[in-house]
Parts: sequence; C-alpha cells; structure tokens
Amino acid sequence: MATELLMPALSPTMEEGTLAKWLVKEGDTVSSGDIIAEIETDKATMEFEAVDEGIMGKLLIAEGTEGVKVNTPIAILVDEGEDASNLSASGPAEEAAAVEAAAPAPAKVPATAAAPIVSKSVEPDYPAGTEMKQQTVREALRDAMSEEMRRDDSVFLMGEEVAEYQGAYKISQGMLDEFGPKRIIDTPITEHGFAGIATGAAFGGLRPIVEFMTFNFAMQAIDHLINSAAKTLYMSGGQMGAPMVFRGPNGAAARVGAQHSQCYAAWYAHIPGLKVVMPYSAADYKGLMKTAIRDPNPVIFLENEILYGKSFEVPVMDDFTIPFGKARIWREGTDVTIVSFGIGMTYALEAADKLAEEGISAEVIDLRTLRPIDYDTVIASVMKTNRCVTVEEGFPVGSIGNHISSVIMQKAFDYLDAPVITCAGKDVPMPYAANLEKLALVTTADVIQAVKDVTYR
Amino acid sequence: MATRKSASTPASKANVSKDELLAYYKDMLLIRRFEEKAGQLYGMGLIGGFCHLYIGQEAVVVGLEAAAKEGDKRITSYRDHGHMLACGMDPKGVMAELTGREGGYSKGKGGSMHMFSKEKHFYGGHGIVGAQVPLGAGLAFSDKYKGNDNVTFAYFGDGAANQGQVAETYNMAEIWDLPVIFVIENNQYAMGTSTQRSTKSPSYWGRGAAYGIEGEEVDGMDVLAVKEASERATAHCRAGKGPYILEVKTYRYRGHSMSDPAKYRTREEVQKMREERDPIEAVRSILLTGNHATEDDLKAIDKDIKAVVNASAEFAKESPEPALSELWTDIYADEIPQHDA
Repeated sequence: MATELLMPALSPTMEEGTLAKWLVKEGDTVSSGDIIAEIETDKATMEFEAVDEGIMGKLLIAEGTEGVKVNTPIAILVDEGEDASNLSASGPAEEAAAVEAAAPAPAKVPATAAAPIVSKSVEPDYPAGTEMKQQTVREALRDAMSEEMRRDDSVFLMGEEVAEYQGAYKISQGMLDEFGPKRIIDTPITEHGFAGIATGAAFGGLRPIVEFMTFNFAMQAIDHLINSAAKTLYMSGGQMGAPMVFRGPNGAAARVGAQHSQCYAAWYAHIPGLKVVMPYSAADYKGLMKTAIRDPNPVIFLENEILYGKSFEVPVMDDFTIPFGKARIWREGTDVTIVSFGIGMTYALEAADKLAEEGISAEVIDLRTLRPIDYDTVIASVMKTNRCVTVEEGFPVGSIGNHISSVIMQKAFDYLDAPVITCAGKDVPMPYAANLEKLALVTTADVIQAVKDVTYR
Repeated sequence: MATRKSASTPASKANVSKDELLAYYKDMLLIRRFEEKAGQLYGMGLIGGFCHLYIGQEAVVVGLEAAAKEGDKRITSYRDHGHMLACGMDPKGVMAELTGREGGYSKGKGGSMHMFSKEKHFYGGHGIVGAQVPLGAGLAFSDKYKGNDNVTFAYFGDGAANQGQVAETYNMAEIWDLPVIFVIENNQYAMGTSTQRSTKSPSYWGRGAAYGIEGEEVDGMDVLAVKEASERATAHCRAGKGPYILEVKTYRYRGHSMSDPAKYRTREEVQKMREERDPIEAVRSILLTGNHATEDDLKAIDKDIKAVVNASAEFAKESPEPALSELWTDIYADEIPQHDA
C-alpha cells in the first residue's frame, strides 16, 4: 500500500517551505525515525523524519524546490515488492511541480495580498522615481540593523538565539558571520538580567539593540525598559540616558495560546521617555528601524511574526530612514477614516477593499509610530470624512483606539457625524482552539461592520 | 576555584601612610556629618519623601574607592549619599537634590534616590531593589567592549542579593568576563528583615561559586580591610579575569528610612556596634595611637568638615526650586547624551 509523504508544517505560521535536500533516493529502505529530507522554512532549516517504514518509491518534488505548500505530497513510500514506476501524487503535487518549474523564485509575493496596494505618504518617505525592490519584512529588518552596525561601531545586537542559531525568527541571519561574536551576542534565557545589562551598556555609551524572542517575554524585563531605560534621562536632569532599541515580535502569531499572544502597543505607548514604533510594511520596518537605532532615546520596536514573511516594495537607497511621528495614508477616501498600525493594517486594508465594492470610500491611515503619534494627519482626515474607526489587535480597555478617539473628541468634536468605534482584540485571554482564536482576534468583518455602523449603512 | 574568606585579624596597617589614614578619616567623617545634617533637614521638613541614611556603613565606600582609578564607574541603590560623597561629588549638589532644588545634581527632579554625575562616573541612585546590579554589569560591558581596563563597582544590599536578577547577572557577568565588582553591603537587615529570616544561605559571597565567580567576605567596619579587598578585586577585574564579589559586613545605625519603627532589633544591639566597631573611631584610634595626628589635629578636621556640611545645607536651603518649565524638559534627548568615553 503506497503512502504519500506530505510537506510538513514545522511552525505555527508556516504556509510553505523549501525542500532543501533529500537524504534518501528512490529505492532506499526507510525506517521510522530516519531523517529523509531537510526542509527550510523562512525561519529555520529542519530535518524531516520518516514516520512509517517502507521503500522510497518516488520523490515527487526535486530538492531545491522553493514554495512547496504545506500538505503537498512530496514523496511516495511503497511496500516491498510494490511497483513504484507509475505512481503519481494526488492533486496538489502538480501545483508544486509548477512552482518548481518557476524556480529560482523571485522574492515571494505575500500570500494574502490580492493586488498591490498603492499608498501615499503625507510627505513622501523617498523621492519620486526611486528604484524599488521586493523585500520581506524579515530581510528589511536585517538590512536595517546591518547597515547601522556598519555605520556605527557602538551598535551591537544582544538576545536569545540571535547569533549561532541565526535568530529564532531568522531576523539576524548571517549577522554573526559579518559582525562576529563581540557584536552579535547570544544571551542565556534571562530577559530581566540581559535587558538590565543592555541598559547599563547604553548608560556607558554603547547603542544596544536588544531582541526579545517575543515581547511576551519582555514582561520579565519590563522594569528595566521603563524604570531604568525610559526614566533615567529625566531623573538625572538630562545628564545621561539610554540610547537603545528593544525589538522583537509582538502580538498574536498563530495558535500559540494566551501567554504568547499579547499585543503591548498600548502598554509602552503609555510611558513618557519611550518611543514606540509598530510598522506594517517592509519599507517602514527598514526606514523606521534605522531611525530607531540612531535615536538617542530608548525605542520599543514592536514587530509581528506573521508579517516577517510578507513582501513589500522597499526603496533602493543608500540610506533610507523615516522620521518618527509621521503617519502614512495607504489609501485616500471620503466616507470614513480607518486608523490602524502594525498587523491591524492587514484588516484595515482588506476591509477598505471590500467596502469599496459596496461603494463606501475609506481613507486608511497607518500611524506607524505610537509615541510620538501623528495626531495632525488623523484629525485632518476626520475633518474630511467626519467618521472614524480604529483597528488594533490588542485588548480593548485602555487601547490605542480609546486614546485616538478621545483626542478626536477633543480636537474635532464638531466634525464628527458618528461616535468613533474602536475595533480591538476581544477582551479575553487568547484561546488555543483555531475557531476561538479567530474569534478573539480583530477581524476584517469587525472593521466592515464598524464602518457600516458609523456610516449608518 | 580560589575563593577566600577574610582573616579575622585586622588588616595590616604597616603599608598605610599617614596621609591615607587621614584621607579615609576625613572621607568617612564627611559622610557621617552630611548624613546627620540630612536627618536634621528631613526633620525640619526640608527634605521630602524617602531618605535612607548611610551612617555606620562609611568604611565600605571609602575603602572601595581607595582602589578606584579615573574612569572607573559606580552604581548603587537608593541608599546612595555616601557613594556620591566618596567619589568626589560636591556635597552642595547632593544636599540641594535632597531638598529638591535647582542646584541639585538632577536639578531637583531626582531626589534622594536618583542622583547621577557624568563627570564622576556615578550612574545612580536606583530605587528598584536589585536593578542596579545588571545595570552595573552593563556599564562594565561597555568598558570591556571599548577595550579599556576600567572596572565598575555595583553596590547592593543583603536584601537585593536575593533578587532573581542578581543571579541572572552573576551568570552573564561570568560568561562574558565582565569587569564588575559586585559589592554586597551586608548590613544584616533588608528593611526590617534580618538575614537570618530571609535566607538559609547566609554566605552571600559564597553564592558566586555556583556561577564560577571568585569572592570574599570583608569586615566592613574596618576601612583598611575593605581597601585591601578592593585592591584585590580591582586587580582581578583589570587583569581581565571577570567579575568579583565582595561581601562587606557592615551595620546601619539608623533605620531603613526616616520612618523606621525600629522594632526589629534591640537598642542594645545598635549601641554595642556603635561602641565597639565604629569605623570612624577605629581610624581615629590608629591615628592617635600611631602618633599620626594629635587630638587638636583631629578637632581641626572635624571643624572643617562641619563647615563643608553646613555650607551644603545653606546652599540646599537657598537654591531656588526648579523653574516650572523644568517639568517638561529631559524627557527625550535630542542628541545622544555625551557619555564618558
């Protein structure tokens, strides 16, 4: 009886991967536990073990093939004496073969983006006509850090698995090779301690970048982020501060449960002395990370695991930076203003597309930085559209949306034709079950409904 | 691993000059008189909030500083007045910070627990118990990164020694060979909880062995013993051998803060320590019996120090409160603060 071996999902967010290497050939006998292939995801290279015994009948996907979707048949295992010559895979293998034919694949287009979204910055971030290239958020982050480390010897990267492992999420891939162990530093799993050491190093004149494997773990260290890094400039009467970046994925990934799925945007945005950045696109990740590293203050840089693998257009420039406190208008509209940031932009933009089909014109604003916040752009837009919906993934109580709506009330009350609605994550710890998790997150449907409510449609 | 426990005999006095002895005497006396004055000003309502006095512990910082050189860094907890005076910060600036005035080291915005001096490489003044320990290791990290032979003195108490972040820091300091001296000022009480009640592992320096860190216990009421230990510790760090732990056994005469109920120890215990082990009296006795100074010499020193302390108090009273506009300054830096190289 032939058994199909399927492309495995090796992480919660993996959708596809590269079949890097076959370690068996057709006709080989395979036992349970044998390593038969190396699979490379955007995060890491992992070994794929056989679960069943048999003879490798047919390898369906050639090694080196990129973009093999999870659950695609990659090989067929047969019993002894079984003829493998005319075996073929069920449906999806054909698609995979097509992908193979297209290799070497160019930078991947984001799986969820239907058509390119044209955006407009309030003031453009780069000159018109600048050459652009497709890059993932992951690559943009690595380039930003590497460029700044080449520029300034006092910049170093510290965190769990940033060096030899090449980054838990591969953000620092290759950096150990280029910069060496003095500047790319693996730490023990002691967030409180290494956040304090990095802050002390910043007091001492260095420019640390601290990677938290996720901001959920930064709760162990939050005393140093706030009491030590954010407040020292003030407490010292301006004598010394902490020029440094705390960065890492924030918010929910996929199916990782309550303790690994929290958004800290509102927490850090609350603190005077910190700057808080939460980008959406790869270009913004790059330009804002470079600015963060140069900023003489402690910067909280909130990334998103799901966005790491998404591709966007990034300007090809020697030194591309984006100033803090400047929102980006992703699409112009007249009926409602949707304000979001980070992964919330995914839902905001999807909702705007669908609303357009129904004849509702939404203006979508990406705040990009939460401290400082570009209030002017939001207020100007609300004065035009007279309606506003905010979108974020964090908890609803004390959210960024609550704050934005309060500012709108104070500065543009007379312009409002409806109450501002905040779309946020639900007021529950993140559940594990797939259906409940989906329900707990903010959704495109939530945003569409909120827009219909404020436009009385 | 070479670890040691200090000998119970007093430190050798043979190789200490008269000038050194006089300097230690003056430095310790300045701290004591300054703290007594701070206590008075607190009682008069001129100092607000928390105020933690260093009286009794003077030999610790003075002995440690005896082995410091230019560029060495120091960081401590909220009981920080003595550390600032010992590293040469101006008593006027310290006292004016206590009164929350413009002339204070932090322009009145830090207070007793939060003072800093870029010039003297004093990095605070930290109010969260134990936080200064990784911060201090980070300062040492910056020196190692830059490739100089400076060391950092990271001071903390027996209470902070039980903090998780201290253990985390020991581990990383040893992995990375950071030139940091962990100075545990064991004054035997974490607020009102005695060491006997807070740990069954009362050898705080000995805990370093678990991380591979050398250390020793020192008599913190003997400034010469502290000085000698500081010389060993700084030599160890400057030689690139990584961190070192000094557990300095000391005693605080006053309460934890100004509002201490003093119910957790007897008056007799405090009195006995003052009479038998006072660090200033000990040096005074060496100076007199060794014919290094006369009673009159010492009286003149006392008088000079009183004048310095009184001047600091006058300055602290007369310096104006910070301008209201100061509320909104120093929240963000426009440029990278110029740190010590």
